Amino acid sequence: MKGLRKRTKRAEEPVTEDFEQMEALDPVLKQALGEFKSSVHAWSDAEFHRPRTRRSTVAQRTWRLAAGWGLAAVLLVGTGTAGVYEYHQRQLAAQAAAAREAERQREVAAEKAREQAQWEEDMLASVDTAVSRAVPSAMEPLIQVADENETER
Amino acid sequence: MTLKADENAAQEFSRVVASHRQHIFRFLLASTRDADLAETLTQECFLKAHRNWAGFRGESSAMTWLMRIAINLQKDHWRNRRLQFWRQTCTNSVDVEEASDWLPSGERSQEQKLLAKERVGQVWRAVEGLSERQRTVFVLRYVEEMELGEIAQATGLSEGTVKAHLSRALGKVRTELRGGR
Repeated sequence: MKGLRKRTKRAEEPVTEDFEQMEALDPVLKQALGEFKSSVHAWSDAEFHRPRTRRSTVAQRTWRLAAGWGLAAVLLVGTGTAGVYEYHQRQLAAQAAAAREAERQREVAAEKAREQAQWEEDMLASVDTAVSRAVPSAMEPLIQVADENETER
Repeated sequence: MTLKADENAAQEFSRVVASHRQHIFRFLLASTRDADLAETLTQECFLKAHRNWAGFRGESSAMTWLMRIAINLQKDHWRNRRLQFWRQTCTNSVDVEEASDWLPSGERSQEQKLLAKERVGQVWRAVEGLSERQRTVFVLRYVEEMELGEIAQATGLSEGTVKAHLSRALGKVRTELRGGR
């Protein structure tokens, strides 16, 4: 792909003219190149002879080192704090989930207790009814007397 | 005997530094438009040359050999700058307009000076748009006035490739001088 791009670029810019011909045939180009050379020479001469204040590389290195350690410390503290915060949040969430589970279990137990009580009540009532209706045969005449008395009254 | 040879080598190297330092600085200044960076790279260039001075066999001229070191240092600098954001990444390169302010003081009218400044600015703008290799070849040819063979040796390219780069670079300069058409 890279090679293809290179080939395409080269194809877009065919070298049709020799650079020496270009220089010779174009006086404006020739003049501009001469002026460019003179300009760079003048600038270079001025800069080359300019007294230069040397930047202290030791101080720069110290600052860079200090900045590096500072950044590393900030990253370390940040990571630690984030970890502690995350752990705390997880603990809170776990506590809330445990409380919700306990509440649900309490409700289930209460419901079961209510159902049990209802069942016992129903059973006692049915036993009561069954007991009151089942009279031994030896007591039948007494019941009849009692029924007659009731009717006369 | 060895001490004498070492002394001679040191003297010879001092002569090389004295005669070529300004050329190397100028090439690096034209390539980077940053005087401080050019100065730093020039120092690195001569430091490297000093370390390898014993290995210099004189197959090419000292100037070509030094220029080759300077070109490689400049390449390494840009590559490192791209990779190492941690290091100081700001550049002190002057802009094209500021670079065009430098004109030799000749007996010219104000109008001629203005026109010359404009043309120099146009060349700088074209140079700014050249690829790294085209720019290097262009500067070596039109600022340092090196021969094609010397440029080929300094850059490690063939003469044909140097010619092709120069033609493309000149084409772009000519287009800029004609108003970018």
